[in-house]
Amino acid sequence: PQNTGFALGRVALPEEVAAWDQDVRPDGKGLPAGKGDVLTGEEIFADSCAMCHGDFGEGVGRWPVLAGGVDTLDSERPVKTIGSYWPYLSTVYDYINRAMPFGNARSLAPDEIYAITAYLLYVNDLVEEDFELSKENFTEVKLPNEGNFFPDDRLEVEYPLFSAEVCMSDCKDSVEITGRAAIVDVTPDDVAAREAREAAAAEIQAS
Amino acid sequence: MSEKTIGQKTSRRGFLTSALAAGGSVAVAGAANAVDDPAITSIQPWAQELGEGVDASPYGMPSPFESEVKRRNVEWLTADTVSSINFTPLHDLDGIITPNGLCFERHHAGVAEVDPAEYRLMINGLVERELVFTLEDLMRFPRENRIYFLECAANSGMEWRGAQLNGCQFTHGMIHNVMYTGVPLRYLLETAGVKPDGKWLLMEGADASGMSRSLPMEKALDDCLIAFKMNGEALRAEQGYPVRMVVPGWEGNMWIKWLRRIEVGDQPWHHREETSKYTDLLADGQARRFTWEMDAKSVITNPSPQAPILHKSGPTVLTGVAWSGRGTIPRVDVTLDGGKNWHQARISGPSLDKSMHRFYFEFDWDGKPLLLQSRAHDSTGYVQPTKAQLRNARGTNSIYHNNAIQTWHVNDQGVAENVEIS
Repeated sequence: PQNTGFALGRVALPEEVAAWDQDVRPDGKGLPAGKGDVLTGEEIFADSCAMCHGDFGEGVGRWPVLAGGVDTLDSERPVKTIGSYWPYLSTVYDYINRAMPFGNARSLAPDEIYAITAYLLYVNDLVEEDFELSKENFTEVKLPNEGNFFPDDRLEVEYPLFSAEVCMSDCKDSVEITGRAAIVDVTPDDVAAREAREAAAAEIQAS
Repeated sequence: MSEKTIGQKTSRRGFLTSALAAGGSVAVAGAANAVDDPAITSIQPWAQELGEGVDASPYGMPSPFESEVKRRNVEWLTADTVSSINFTPLHDLDGIITPNGLCFERHHAGVAEVDPAEYRLMINGLVERELVFTLEDLMRFPRENRIYFLECAANSGMEWRGAQLNGCQFTHGMIHNVMYTGVPLRYLLETAGVKPDGKWLLMEGADASGMSRSLPMEKALDDCLIAFKMNGEALRAEQGYPVRMVVPGWEGNMWIKWLRRIEVGDQPWHHREETSKYTDLLADGQARRFTWEMDAKSVITNPSPQAPILHKSGPTVLTGVAWSGRGTIPRVDVTLDGGKNWHQARISGPSLDKSMHRFYFEFDWDGKPLLLQSRAHDSTGYVQPTKAQLRNARGTNSIYHNNAIQTWHVNDQGVAENVEIS
């Protein structure tokens, strides 16, 4: 049946929408008023971010690397950072505002996020140290990798390759094992489960 | 004995033969035991003593003998456990429905404990009426029941470079398949009144990661649900209680949990989870974005590294699961010899759109090593590719969307291992 809506819910008040609708888009829609410079960002980053991400966004331990990795995307071990991989600066602002610092999300003011974003541009060698980022100049900043994303084309590129008639019998003359997980040996294992398997195998051998 | 009953010692000594008859094999049951079986000749405690009453377990749990059937995590995969993943024990399950307590978890800021009385869902943006719904409001819309798989885009991601994790729980366990009860998203959108230039939705979670993804309007109006039940009961907290998005056939990241807001806009948002993450890097340094659908895939769950063959030879059940984000699975092929020869498996149970399917292949094992693979065909004619085919198409740095054929090597002891073959 054609539904044309239901008389359910209530109208959202403007202040309620404002409280939750804080997302930012690449065209700058959603950016709040404010500004922040690299050196201010460096201080805030040192206090709120560096314990995980390193003083210069290099990452501590296994926490995400935020800077560097330029020209590694087509290498054996790509390093995907804001400078090397991310397409849009708006995502940096939006994500910090949405989810950072990890464990204390939604605690930073707009000026602080502008400043941190400016600092992240600086450690990615994209601006000078006197740079100030603001709502007004935000969309003038382009990240280097913006042009290297394209829409999903699997249906055009892969479907023709992966929809051919399949062989059912006498498909190969020989088969070789070319890789083994047990040699890597990084799988967590329940001691009890392993002992049960070993006992079962021993029992089979003994019988 | 910690997990499965591993047969009676005496029965292993039973004498088992099989005679090839025209058109098949005939298994002959074992001869009588030389020693009687105390499981029969001794009175067991459960046959004599009283068990627990009906008041002992208001919400039942599995038998203690099944304590090893559980979600597991892999510590080294992530920097911490709150933005991390665990794995469904596929090797211990059968049929197609994943029990709620075993459904894998993937969080970005841990499990949000949302009080349903404080739950709100907002719709704003390019709509005639910006609205707020309570959980009670949502329960007053017409409901649908649908069974869908939810597969993490990173499922099998650790296997791109080679055979790495030894067990289908770890190689394929970022998936679950349950029945959802929910409200078609289009009913909410119709209630708010989408404006003509409303082409995209932003879905946003209430947790501390504020998980957000862009969704094209066509999909939103097609089969997306706002779900509040799974397998008949309220969503588990770790699955988004009280309300989550259901985005059939599409990568799990988009199934926003603890859903709090849907914004209608005229273009995608390009948020962190669709730029930095959930974009697929190809060998040339270019990356695909918006790779929403999960391609056809299958895996043999038994035998597998965590589920060895526990008998020496004879009648053996091979089973596994198959699914496609683009339709149903009309056919699954299996091979016992590394792809020299293939056999059509038997699909048992419902074959539903964008749902897991259960397949079986029964065979007489001769006790010699096996190289097992399964190959799914979906209703669009797509055939699950080999790892070599996928690597040729994409390289090895995509992280996501690895739907390649999996190989298990079974040795003459029945022990299985994750391998790659030529």
